[in-house]
Amino acid sequence: MENLNLILPEIFISLSIMFLLILGVYKKEGSKLTFNISLLVLLITAVITFNETFAISRTTLFNDSVVIDYMASLMKIITLLGAFLALIISSSYLKTFKIFKIEYPILILSSVLGMMVMISSNDLMVFYMGLELQSLALYVLATFNRDQLKSSEAGLKYFVLSALSSGLLLYGCSLIYGFSGSTNFNIISNQLNSNEYVLTFGIVFILVGLAFKISAVPFHMWAPDVYQGSPTTVTLFFTMVPKIAALTVFIRFLYVPFLNLIDQWQMIIIFLSIASMVFGAVAAIGQTNIKRLIAYSSIGHIGYTLAGLATASNEGIQSSIIYISIYLVMNLALFSCLLMLRRKDQYYEDIDNLSGLSKNHPLLSLCLLVILFSLAGIPPLAGFFAKFYVFKAVLEQSMYFLAIVGLLSTVVAAFYYLRIIKVIYFDKEKDKYDTDHSFWLKFSLTVSTILILLYFIFPSQLIEVVSRINII
Amino acid sequence: MNFPILSSLILLPIVGALFLFFTKDKEGNNLTAKYVALFTTVVNFLISIYLWISFDQSTSSFQFIEDRTWIEGFINYKVGIDGISILFIILTTFITPLCIISVNNSVKNRLRDFLIAILIMESFMIGVFCALDLVVFYLFFEAGLIPMFLIIGIWGGPKRVYSAFKFFLYTLLGSVLMLVAIISIYWIAGTTDVIQLYELGIDAKYQNLLWLAFFSSFAVKTPMWPVHTWLPDAHVEAPTAGSVLLAAILLKMAGYGFIRFSLGLFPDASEIFTPLIYTLSVIAIVFTSLIALMQEDMKKLIAYSSVAHMGFVTLGIFTIQQQGIEGSIIQMISHGLVSAALFLCVGVVYDRMHSRLISSYGGIVTIIPKYSILFMLFTLAALGLPGTSGFVGEFLILMGAFKDNFLVAVIASLGVILGAAYMLWLYKRVVFGKLINTDLKSMVDLNKSEYFILTCLAIPTLFFGIYPDPLINTIEVSVNDLINMYNINLNNN
Repeated sequence: MENLNLILPEIFISLSIMFLLILGVYKKEGSKLTFNISLLVLLITAVITFNETFAISRTTLFNDSVVIDYMASLMKIITLLGAFLALIISSSYLKTFKIFKIEYPILILSSVLGMMVMISSNDLMVFYMGLELQSLALYVLATFNRDQLKSSEAGLKYFVLSALSSGLLLYGCSLIYGFSGSTNFNIISNQLNSNEYVLTFGIVFILVGLAFKISAVPFHMWAPDVYQGSPTTVTLFFTMVPKIAALTVFIRFLYVPFLNLIDQWQMIIIFLSIASMVFGAVAAIGQTNIKRLIAYSSIGHIGYTLAGLATASNEGIQSSIIYISIYLVMNLALFSCLLMLRRKDQYYEDIDNLSGLSKNHPLLSLCLLVILFSLAGIPPLAGFFAKFYVFKAVLEQSMYFLAIVGLLSTVVAAFYYLRIIKVIYFDKEKDKYDTDHSFWLKFSLTVSTILILLYFIFPSQLIEVVSRINII
Repeated sequence: MNFPILSSLILLPIVGALFLFFTKDKEGNNLTAKYVALFTTVVNFLISIYLWISFDQSTSSFQFIEDRTWIEGFINYKVGIDGISILFIILTTFITPLCIISVNNSVKNRLRDFLIAILIMESFMIGVFCALDLVVFYLFFEAGLIPMFLIIGIWGGPKRVYSAFKFFLYTLLGSVLMLVAIISIYWIAGTTDVIQLYELGIDAKYQNLLWLAFFSSFAVKTPMWPVHTWLPDAHVEAPTAGSVLLAAILLKMAGYGFIRFSLGLFPDASEIFTPLIYTLSVIAIVFTSLIALMQEDMKKLIAYSSVAHMGFVTLGIFTIQQQGIEGSIIQMISHGLVSAALFLCVGVVYDRMHSRLISSYGGIVTIIPKYSILFMLFTLAALGLPGTSGFVGEFLILMGAFKDNFLVAVIASLGVILGAAYMLWLYKRVVFGKLINTDLKSMVDLNKSEYFILTCLAIPTLFFGIYPDPLINTIEVSVNDLINMYNINLNNN
């Protein structure tokens, strides 16, 4: 009998989803209740994950198809907390657009369940199942504001392109299966030693599929449209949570089944990384919509994360995880600011709407200042350290080209962050925005800004947390 | 361990800024905020004076060292000073309170925020001069961009946005390569601790690229020709206090960096690249002096003269002679005092007439005599008249240069003449001549605070011009040891 305690978090969250669905059917106007219960479920799941699996050394379940190790537990907890924060600050936005419905939190929960399965997967089939579960929930979330043309368009675009990439992924999986005769990662890893031509195709297809999911260049085309069209709270969820799961899967694929084929995939990852960093920096310059700009900036940031993965070293993997965690906090802060740009039930999302914000809302502008400089990677803010660790790992492997290109693109990227700061601080002021924000919105903004600002005082803690991740 | 005096120097302005942050912002002349800021910076100045008194001049080793683990097993927060850095720290703590007094007239709105920016700037600048770990140095070096960007952008002139962006992006572009070099040094030598690196030395085969990476950052910040173009723009648009900080202290970070890191860590590469530095310095001295002659805007003229003066500094540093390096340090201190004073002088007339064009002035000597006298003093100091601190620096640098390379020294001496030409011509056009613009008649002479600031700057300018021994004694042993270490490391490899 398998030790089911180890997958208790997944079991708990699935049972909760079913319970909430039934509750939604029987209770009229139960959206508020569902919302609160979902929040509670996310928290409880995080606690269960922490209690049951955090201290356990690597264990596999169900014929090696599910793996529970330190990295999986850590990433699950980050995912759950990210989803919790993304959900808790979205209530007033959803109410304004009259999409505060029972389905919203349930869809978030299902996608989180999918991500948890992905994170723990040690088998192509399990991985694909988790991926589809999270993707299907995300398609619906993207179209959630279905009365708006843009939202429907975003969902449809996302669905079509994502289905295509899933197809590629599945094709890659089948090629790999054909070669190794197994879907299990460890067995694949033992079988794949050769330099077979077709094998490279399999790897490329899988990497393309994964690159699509994390929107790395040149598979990023969906991101700007989807980010712009989706409801802001969903965009927030998109930029924070699915990336963590996708990154974990990326790490697993590269360093378990494909470990022996480093020569084949390393160049691909370096290319994806450089292309994302450069393109993300350059393409964001001309944007006027903040959400669209965030989409391009997130492409750039994914480039830095991939730079860490490209090193094929434990330090590199750890630095990528640090990067994505810090990025998550910065994103949360940025979106909290964005959700505060509300005037009489209308939300504003153009850069021009920020004009002269510092006159009327000095504290909000100060937070934005800190966040934007941190995103640009200026010391002593957290964003600098994120980049610093990545480049430290990159330079350890003497990959100078990657480091120099990456750092030069931070200069280009700094330009568009500075442009927003310029609009906030140097331009003429406009009308005031509402200030009656929910407690949680203020809370998340304050806490995340303070974390970004004061990270440099205690930089060792985060390193300690990730330093136990030793994949290779 | 003793009382962490350097950390308190770094932290005190931030504490002051935090205090200001929690006070209420008032419109107009916010006296409370000014007094708080002034108090903080004056206390900081007194601490730094105490530091100078208790500083042991007879040794070149680093003093007041604080060493704490910062990032486990990787970086230590390490600060300490030697004879070279202490002068820059005192310069910083001396100039900042004067800046704060001077904001009376130039900054009209959001005074509290302006003072916060200046205070944060001060602590970053002190940090740069104390840091004994490359990463800590980089952190302070880069972090200074944020407050300066805001100072230029929020409180600057009409073209402030362009200037602020140019300043920020130029400097950042130079600095990222230095970051690559710093991390590479960590992997090559196993540490980023400057004292340990001094002892270990860095393998000669890596030095050239590392030197170039550091150079790219310092050359932009110095600024050296041809990457100096951000400086005139930044100076012209920045408010007076911003220009003063920029000219007096920010530019010195690079000169300090050249001495501390380029010479200290990469002697072989420095030897190879000395001709490059010589060429760029000489071009900077002659070319920007000529440009300065043609300027119609007073601030721009002084900005170009700064580039020329910094050309002397880089020239002196890479002579690797006792006199040359000492001269460079004194020139930097002197330029810190004099250029600050000149920008304040321009600020004085700008506050009254709202014009920086030379042509809109002329014949003001009879209207505002006190101002004219002080302005003359600083003009003469800028062109290096004997008896002012400018002379000591330039003289020593040229002496060092003549020892090392005759041709370069001759051309550089030409710069002294050109310097005299543009400064005197500026003074003549502004102060003497016929009074054409009748609006000038309404000008009032220096008020108390302006008088006080300019006198404060005039006293050390004259004092160190006549009696430079306190400066030379402080730096002598450190410079001597630096050159010895340079030669030993050079021969070892």
